[in-house]
Amino acid sequence: MEDQPLDSSKVRSIVGRRSLYWDQKVKRRFKYEAELDQGFAERVAKLAYGEKLYSCIQCGTCSASCPVSHWMDFTPRRVIALIQAGYKEEVLECFTIWLCASCYACTVDCPKQIKITDVMYALRQEALEHAGYRKRFPIPVLAREFFKQVMKNGRNSESHLMLNLYMKTNPFKLLKMVKVGLGLLRTGRFSLKKEHIKQREQFQNLLKAVDRLEKEARIEEANDRTAKRIASETVDRLEKEVHQ
Amino acid sequence: MKYIYYPGCSLKSTGRAYEESLLSVFKTLDVEYEELNDWNCCGATSYMSINESKAFAISARNLALAEAQAGGDGEGPVQLVAPCSACYLLLLKTRRYMEEYPEIDRIVRQGLKEVGLKYEGNVRVRHPVDVLVNDVGLEKIAERVKTPLKDMQVASYYGCLIVRPFGAFDNPWNPTSLDRLVGALGGTPVDWSLKTRCCGGTLIGTVRGVGLRLGYRIIGEAQRKGSDLMITTCPLCQFDLECFQKDMNHDFEVNFNMPVLYFTQLMGLAFGLPEKELGIQRLFVSPEKAYKTCVGG
Repeated sequence: MEDQPLDSSKVRSIVGRRSLYWDQKVKRRFKYEAELDQGFAERVAKLAYGEKLYSCIQCGTCSASCPVSHWMDFTPRRVIALIQAGYKEEVLECFTIWLCASCYACTVDCPKQIKITDVMYALRQEALEHAGYRKRFPIPVLAREFFKQVMKNGRNSESHLMLNLYMKTNPFKLLKMVKVGLGLLRTGRFSLKKEHIKQREQFQNLLKAVDRLEKEARIEEANDRTAKRIASETVDRLEKEVHQ
Repeated sequence: MKYIYYPGCSLKSTGRAYEESLLSVFKTLDVEYEELNDWNCCGATSYMSINESKAFAISARNLALAEAQAGGDGEGPVQLVAPCSACYLLLLKTRRYMEEYPEIDRIVRQGLKEVGLKYEGNVRVRHPVDVLVNDVGLEKIAERVKTPLKDMQVASYYGCLIVRPFGAFDNPWNPTSLDRLVGALGGTPVDWSLKTRCCGGTLIGTVRGVGLRLGYRIIGEAQRKGSDLMITTCPLCQFDLECFQKDMNHDFEVNFNMPVLYFTQLMGLAFGLPEKELGIQRLFVSPEKAYKTCVGG
């Protein structure tokens, strides 16, 4: 084997692969304007009740007061910067938005009164709508299971919620919970009873009504925008005509 | 004055001891209450993550029910007591955002109207800590104490949501209500820095490593400051901090055995109420040792 001369084509392919390897490693770290989503900041700000989003001074108080920032891929400060710049995919696919435990420390500490927790909620909603999240990542799964359960019964049954969560993500993780589960059983804190409210129909109708109203409001707003655009275009055109 | 009591889902399952002890304490202190009929889940953080309008709508249903149940008896606003931190926050947030953002207000009100409910904006959301410390008063509480907690070092853990961002009854950075309460019960409040540090909430069930680490830091700090026991105000904080101590011991090579009680359980013990009524038997780490060494008996 060792005596065999090196095949020149092989050498070339290795060199080729090497250069390809470095080509993949060396990456552009920013996006050109055309690749960014310019309307992203506006949409998030609207969902999160915050024109204040634009006034962020990048002081980093949010990242410093966040108890989970050292697990995040982007700290809250960077998330805000990325939103402002229009890095939509990066923001919607990061772990940060899901790791937020909604403790509101950043919201209370922010010197510019940006409602950062609400920004995270808004990003979660966007991420779920665009399916840019990992399918088996437990946090969004938990949120969805919880949502479904309450939608159906009006209340949440903790034991069922946890069982559903592990069945949909990683059933083996249940083993780690056995000790705690047995403890809960022993102390009478574990029940498999499904809780529900009496007026389930009223509750579901309320959610349906809100769903419909929200859609109507969105359509109305879109119509408004279109009407405004048409109006301003018409004004522009008329002005031009007058000048001519 | 009569309070309307909104238990929330946790107080009916893992946080059962909180409900038992809270109601016993209310009875001892002659606080009149009645449970909200047919209340629904507050939506917690999950509803907010998926659809905000729906989250506000379901909380507004609870507010509307409370108003209807109190029936305008003209004695000021309806007092709705929510012991779980998440429920407390969500109800407060709904109220606040309906006032501040007309768009939410319109959708929620219209939705409620379509199912025959009405919310006039006449509900005041209260946390039991607020009710007990500010309405009942520390003097009355101190009067009822039968066995003072003597030298017991108690670390009060407030958790995130009862003092921030909307809770207005205490300082969001350094709350003292529970510490004053411990003082009234005859114990010694521990001065420590992680009073309002987040316990991680549901992270312990989803991304275990993160949740365990957060809990470990809180209990570790309480222990370092020489606490005999900790008190909490939220069923999820209590669950995270108490039930996972064995896992923390395994993962971080420590030796935690810290009793984590609901603050109402500690009050009940000081009032000399029977342990069964306080749900002491439902705890993973029994406070018996700490109680006996400090109080005796």
